[in-house]
Amino acid sequence: MPLLYPLVLASALFGIGLYGVLARRNAVLMLLGVELMLNAVNLNLVAFDAWFADALHSGQVLTLFTITIAAAEIGLGLAIVLALFRALRTVDVDEVGR
Amino acid sequence: MSLSEIVFLVLAVVAVGSALLSMTSGQLVHSALWLVVTLGAVAGCFVLMTAEFVAWVQVLVYVGSVVVLVIFALMLTRQPSGSRSAEVTGNRWIAALVGLVAAVGLGATMVAGFRGEEIEGRRIGTAGSIGDALFNDWVLPFEILSGVLLAALIGAIVISRSGSDR
Repeated sequence: MPLLYPLVLASALFGIGLYGVLARRNAVLMLLGVELMLNAVNLNLVAFDAWFADALHSGQVLTLFTITIAAAEIGLGLAIVLALFRALRTVDVDEVGR
Repeated sequence: MSLSEIVFLVLAVVAVGSALLSMTSGQLVHSALWLVVTLGAVAGCFVLMTAEFVAWVQVLVYVGSVVVLVIFALMLTRQPSGSRSAEVTGNRWIAALVGLVAAVGLGATMVAGFRGEEIEGRRIGTAGSIGDALFNDWVLPFEILSGVLLAALIGAIVISRSGSDR
């Protein structure tokens, strides 16, 4: 399989995630965009691991670490969003910024 | 073109299409559910790149728990005044332009740097070899990471507790 297939797919997913983070009003959906960007990173890591055939499996192990960090991030992010909703009764980032 | 390449291209189309739907859908819960499709397709891509263990972790952690958490949060923060929060901000065209430029720029860089390279289908991604690498060479980062995850989850509990009893 050409190495470019996963790399180009990851670029596309990263761009879509970036659009989601910048364009969405809802804070939870912004977090979904971040998850999409992290998935693009994971795809790159696994692709380079498979291409490089690293004896330490750095790419795949780092992918596992990224998934864990993403889980921690979404947990904290959603907790903050819930606290925000409780305080302001809105999760619209435009209104929160005002 | 080999079978694995065809399957990969199909999965790539599914991933990009469902990611677009997820980021543009007006219904909040539909967004989260389309993200499940995207993450599943990416997991399929991991399997094709001989990373089975990572693929299963992706399915378990992302599809199994992260998306459920997101759907919970979406339902808890549903605003009483309707679905206005599903809208996009006024600068959506600038955001689309930035996303497009980022994707095209990254893609062009990748094409320029790695054209003609091939992933050979060596059996490097089995769960056994990942387990060996993880618990021989990566044990200290792994343990530190478990501490980070624990701290983050305790922090999440503390933050999301109601403020009255503190």
